Amino acid sequence: MADTNGGLQVKPMEQFIVEPLFGGDTVGLFTITNVTLWMALTVLAVSAILVLGSRGRALVPSRGQSVAELLYSFIYKMVEDVAGREAVRYFPYIMTLFMFVLFSNLLGLIPWSFATTSHFAVTLVLAMAVFLSVTVLGFVLNGPGFLKMFWVTSAPLAIRPVLAVIEVVSYFVRPLSHSIRLAGAMTAGHAVVKVFAAFAGVLGVFSFLPILAVTAMYGLELLVAVIQAYVFTILTCVYLRDAVHPHH
Amino acid sequence: MEGDIVQMGAYIGAGLACFGMGMAALGVGNVAGNFLAGALRNPSAAAGQTATLFIGIAFAEALGIFSFLVALLLMFAV
Repeated sequence: MADTNGGLQVKPMEQFIVEPLFGGDTVGLFTITNVTLWMALTVLAVSAILVLGSRGRALVPSRGQSVAELLYSFIYKMVEDVAGREAVRYFPYIMTLFMFVLFSNLLGLIPWSFATTSHFAVTLVLAMAVFLSVTVLGFVLNGPGFLKMFWVTSAPLAIRPVLAVIEVVSYFVRPLSHSIRLAGAMTAGHAVVKVFAAFAGVLGVFSFLPILAVTAMYGLELLVAVIQAYVFTILTCVYLRDAVHPHH
Repeated sequence: MEGDIVQMGAYIGAGLACFGMGMAALGVGNVAGNFLAGALRNPSAAAGQTATLFIGIAFAEALGIFSFLVALLLMFAV
């Protein structure tokens, strides 16, 4: 990295530093940091759009109510289609996950804000919660029969043990890939925007080029923020389907 | 000669990890292209398969993001 005065200064990872909000420089378990602030704002935004949106319960919905109903029916249909009718019982959890991830991603795109979902620690907690609850649910609903999921009966007997090993490994990699996908996509997008923004400072007259690039990247990032929330949710539904119907 | 050879190796490794991202691009493009080819043949069936499309894209993309993670670890953690 060049650190000469006035030269190109690219520090794409500085935006992800966790800092205490109220003085001090150590981050303990209960320190109020910028992550805490933006998570609280996420919860507030989700509550606002859903609680205020559903307050009127008008037959002809207002704008806010339409948005809330659209989000609700979109996720409801996803759970029904992907995970099956029996999984609709677990819809509240999936809806919560979707709204939290979606609003964390979107609020993270506001300039000078903090993208909480760009931290592996945050997404890993979400993914581990999904993984553990799906595993526990699978054993509660199916008993030991849940383990039949790893024994692929449609394959020839000779290669079933090999497939079982692969299935077990891929089952335990799930929380890792589930969380890294979200955090990686968010980190990469924010870092790229930051790198292009740094170019604007040194190009002088031609700085409109990186500004145009940043604008385009920002549009792409909006798309990625929504798609990653969708993907996170739909994968949760896929994992849930395995717990509800282990032999499909 | 400043810095050390370990640092140089880490940077070269981070650059090599970017090949993985290109491969992920191939994979995602393959998924989306085949979906489009199928959807144009039978447009009435396409709407019901968008969820499958996104799941396929997500699995293809995950491995590219793993390579991005390797690059990040080499740049900032090793």
